[in-house]
Amino acid sequence: MRNILVFIIRYHFLLIFLLLEFISVTLLVNSTYYQSSAILKAGSRVTGRFYTTVSDATDYLKLRTTNEHLAQENAMLRQMKSVSYLRNDTNTFWVNDTLYKQQYKYIVAKVVLNTVGKRNNYIMLDKGSRSGIQKDMAVITPTGIAGTVVNVSENFSWVMSMLNKHTRLSGKILKNGQMGTVVWNGVDHLYGTLTDIPAHVKIARGDTIVSSGFSYIFPAGLMIGTITDFRVEQGEHFYTIPFKFSVDFNSLQYVYVVKNLMKEEQESLEKSTEGLKDE
Amino acid sequence: MNRLVFTNIFRFVALLLIQVLIMNKVDFYGFLNPYVYLLFILLLPFETPGWLLLLLAFGTGLTVDIFSGTLGLHAASSVFAAFMRPLIIKLVGEKPEYDITTQPKLQQMGLKWFMTYALLVTFAHQLFINLLDVMSLDEFWQTMLRVIVSTLFTFLFIMLFEYIFAPTKAKS
Repeated sequence: MRNILVFIIRYHFLLIFLLLEFISVTLLVNSTYYQSSAILKAGSRVTGRFYTTVSDATDYLKLRTTNEHLAQENAMLRQMKSVSYLRNDTNTFWVNDTLYKQQYKYIVAKVVLNTVGKRNNYIMLDKGSRSGIQKDMAVITPTGIAGTVVNVSENFSWVMSMLNKHTRLSGKILKNGQMGTVVWNGVDHLYGTLTDIPAHVKIARGDTIVSSGFSYIFPAGLMIGTITDFRVEQGEHFYTIPFKFSVDFNSLQYVYVVKNLMKEEQESLEKSTEGLKDE
Repeated sequence: MNRLVFTNIFRFVALLLIQVLIMNKVDFYGFLNPYVYLLFILLLPFETPGWLLLLLAFGTGLTVDIFSGTLGLHAASSVFAAFMRPLIIKLVGEKPEYDITTQPKLQQMGLKWFMTYALLVTFAHQLFINLLDVMSLDEFWQTMLRVIVSTLFTFLFIMLFEYIFAPTKAKS
């Protein structure tokens, strides 16, 4: 017993170090992948409010670009007016049509925290479950896809940015419909990589990459980026295609969170089909 | 002694506010982020006991974490930097025995001593933070490049802060 005490006293510096590292790494591992840790949730209530205040003040500096984006968005919406009726429900936009059943619903949210410099980047939005945001919703901007919601609290939501190691998104080349996987290799927040496109397909610089729609999260045809280069690594049968993101992640301000109204139906259909196979 | 505690509390609050409000928004080339809160750990008195040093570093890191949404990342690397601090001090030279008031500051320990000291602690911190952020050795050289560039960048800001906020004459 005495020896143990002597040991602890003698090596207390190292032991405390190891203990604290263990706590930190546990916190990190639990929070990076699921973002569901209670501490972060409690913290986000405080920091969310804090960042909202800061963001309210700094917003004035960006009014000009925000206005430009809104004007562009308005122009786009006006073009769609002839085919769909828009009802303004404070901040949620519904399309009511008896012929076309609406599948996606858009919720406007403001970015209160955003990083681009880390290997795994996240975005915090000022709306949460109270505004109807749920886990696994798409987050888009007028210029393209920004990320996926990974966690929500009552008033804030936590979005995994496209600039993240865990982002894997189904994208296709608009010109020929070839489908691949969009990933981010962590070097530059302006460029991503498209993989899994077979090497025999003809592609060119400047080709547009859009979302394929083969997921329950992202609508089809959303802009992702434009191809800047392409090559086939030795011994590979697939292209490695660097492309430029259409979204400037460094200046995100307002985003739309996309709710897929038919997601549950789609998922339950998939599940019941899997059940059929098993029998 | 009380004055020393007060100074350090004030420094803690000021540095964290600067870190969270300004430095977290600084993003050169997309990944260069100056972590000036390290200065708090750097400037703690020589006499700070080991356990307190570690706990203070943990608290500092955790506060930065809560504000950046990276729970554990800064805490782990700050604790590592604090753990390395006594070793680094031993390496670059201890303070003169006779003077109790001497602190690990630029104007008291001299430019060369402080530069080496700050650079080594910053490197330890950045090495840990980047390896932990990537959590694999897949892109090792890319990560090392990140470590080196961001170490120099944070170091630059730390030297700048030392010159701005403690502008008394440096003895060489």
